[in-house]
Amino acid sequence: MKRNTLTKAVAAIFVAAAASSSFAQKISDDVVKIGVLTDMSGTYSDLAGKGSVVAAEMAIEDYSKSKTILGKKIELISADHQNKADITANKAREWFDKEKVDVIVDLVTTSAALAAMEIGEQKNKITLNSGAASLDITRSKCTANNVHWVYDTYNLGKSREALVKAGKKSWFFVTADYAFGHNLERDTAQIVTSNGGTVVGSVRHPFPGSDFSSFLLKAQSSGAQVIGLANAGQDTINSVKQAAEFGISQKQTIVPLLTFITDVHSLGLKAAQGLSVAESFYWDLNDKTRAWSKRFYDKHKRMPSMVHAGVYSSVMNYLKAIESTKTDDTKAVMDKLKSTPIDDGLFKGNIQVNGKFSHDFYVFEVKKPNESKGPWDYYKLVATIPAAEASAPLDKSCKLVK
Amino acid sequence: MLEAFGITPQALVAQLLVGLINGSFYAILSLGLAIIFGLLNVINFTHGAQYMLGAFFAWIGLTQVGNWLGMPDFSINYWVALVAAPLLVGAIGIVIERLMLKRLYHLDHLYGLLLTFGLALVIEGMFRHWYGISGESYSVPEALQGGFRLESFGLFLPKYRMWVIVASLAVCIATWYMIERTKLGNYLRAGTENPKLLQALGINVPLMITLTYGFGVALAAFAGVLAAPVFQVNPVMGSNLIIVVFAVVVIGGMGSIAGSIVTGLALGLLEGLTKVFYPEASSMVIFVVMAIVLLVRPAGLFGKEK
Repeated sequence: MKRNTLTKAVAAIFVAAAASSSFAQKISDDVVKIGVLTDMSGTYSDLAGKGSVVAAEMAIEDYSKSKTILGKKIELISADHQNKADITANKAREWFDKEKVDVIVDLVTTSAALAAMEIGEQKNKITLNSGAASLDITRSKCTANNVHWVYDTYNLGKSREALVKAGKKSWFFVTADYAFGHNLERDTAQIVTSNGGTVVGSVRHPFPGSDFSSFLLKAQSSGAQVIGLANAGQDTINSVKQAAEFGISQKQTIVPLLTFITDVHSLGLKAAQGLSVAESFYWDLNDKTRAWSKRFYDKHKRMPSMVHAGVYSSVMNYLKAIESTKTDDTKAVMDKLKSTPIDDGLFKGNIQVNGKFSHDFYVFEVKKPNESKGPWDYYKLVATIPAAEASAPLDKSCKLVK
Repeated sequence: MLEAFGITPQALVAQLLVGLINGSFYAILSLGLAIIFGLLNVINFTHGAQYMLGAFFAWIGLTQVGNWLGMPDFSINYWVALVAAPLLVGAIGIVIERLMLKRLYHLDHLYGLLLTFGLALVIEGMFRHWYGISGESYSVPEALQGGFRLESFGLFLPKYRMWVIVASLAVCIATWYMIERTKLGNYLRAGTENPKLLQALGINVPLMITLTYGFGVALAAFAGVLAAPVFQVNPVMGSNLIIVVFAVVVIGGMGSIAGSIVTGLALGLLEGLTKVFYPEASSMVIFVVMAIVLLVRPAGLFGKEK
């Protein structure tokens, strides 16, 4: 009888021990749920959109064939935020409160990204941003639960430093009249002036626009050596096309400050050849990027943009951080992400205290039609800007920087 | 005075010319809308999608059809597309009219508007699904490449843009002449005033309505083909433009043929001027004019009060 009690007691201790060790491996709600919140049908749906969902799926499958982590399921959901801040905020709130979502990825469009970050901060959940551009995301608007994964307006401006140093001193900006365009103009102008260049003028066009010839003629008559296009997507495509039509590209250098490979694909090499493009990812960089991109292409029928690569990388590293901390607790995962160097074959670098993933940036030149071996063979690597130079210096305007 | 805005008279002329080019797109699109509204009393919200179809069919003809037919060298060039695409889109319009729009004539305007708006969303959605949002490039036809350098204005004028003005003005004037000065036009105008009486006089009014819709739609597609080398051919190119064009029609007076042409050109110029002096307002100026016109002349500048 006594012996029996002892056995029970020992058994109870074992059970308790087992329970506490499973406590250490805590996954909230018994599921790790990843939400892709992106533009599914608007201006940015080619460079993010469905491709981002494909990239997130790939990351989950590559992490675990059975789609499990620490014995719990990994789930994926997605939604269209229509590039609107209010829709993004509502969706983020619904996902965090009702859908048990642990992390939101992609978040193209700055205003949408900022809205999701704010909700993430309130609900203590993670946002991993690959799509939005503004430097403010890791400066005045930074949050402890966010990583800015792929690029920002500082990276894009910094990539033009070599051009200014090479003698292209006078600049004119054609800027999309909203927050992103203003930020991109601001951050690029700062690089231009700090390297001895001058900004001779700028014009702000309504977003979205279709005919840019008026603005381009203004840029032309300014006599600036460089016309910087501080816009994106469709606006950039039409600006480049019409600059060529009006013979502006022959005498002045047209520099689209933010270009994705999907834009070049749709412009075609004939119209895009010779353009200088700044990106943090290109499918044909090395064996690893080629292998991954090939798999992506097989699923999506288009090569990945840098945003797609960023979504894959962010989901993969998020899962790895959960695995090594044995929990999906927000603070533990964020601490792990910020303290672990990242090298996943697509991006290499480390995440700074303000949430900026600092990695190399590249300047490419778009190939001439006769240099290209076929569809998607578009870029020649011109320069690699090392992470330390490419990323904005830490600034106290972010509350996380002490 | 111009110098105060940092602009020379030469540059101003250049900007006005650019405005005129956009005005010719507005004119030809609003003309189609005005014709359709005049006879059918339908506010054709599919117009933007039909403009997009014109551009896409031209692109498909140039780059895709050969592969589809297994003959990679075969392609439909710009000049053929300029005729073929409007015919094809017009034919699709006729099918839409016969199958759907026809059933709504006895109902309120709102139903026609909802139907055409829905169709526009469906058509755009299909093209977005097939071709993505970034769209495709259509290059300027060889005969119209290059341009004239006007040294005194410091301006390079692409030949293609000149062609756009010439072609759209020609089509606008021909259409105006047909409606205002020919027998066929007489019937059309009579149909607008009193379809029942016209039918009693032995004219096949339903057929006339169908063909008119087809023609209005074909005009949109024609504008689409004209636009293909200038703007990127993409699924939403029409929906970006259509709201402005509706404002043009309202300013000109719903259903007024000459009104829509003149207003289209004039507003293109006005928009061009705004881009010079206060670019931030250039997407808004047309709507400001619309609001003022509606306050002063609710039937539009050229419209008749009913």
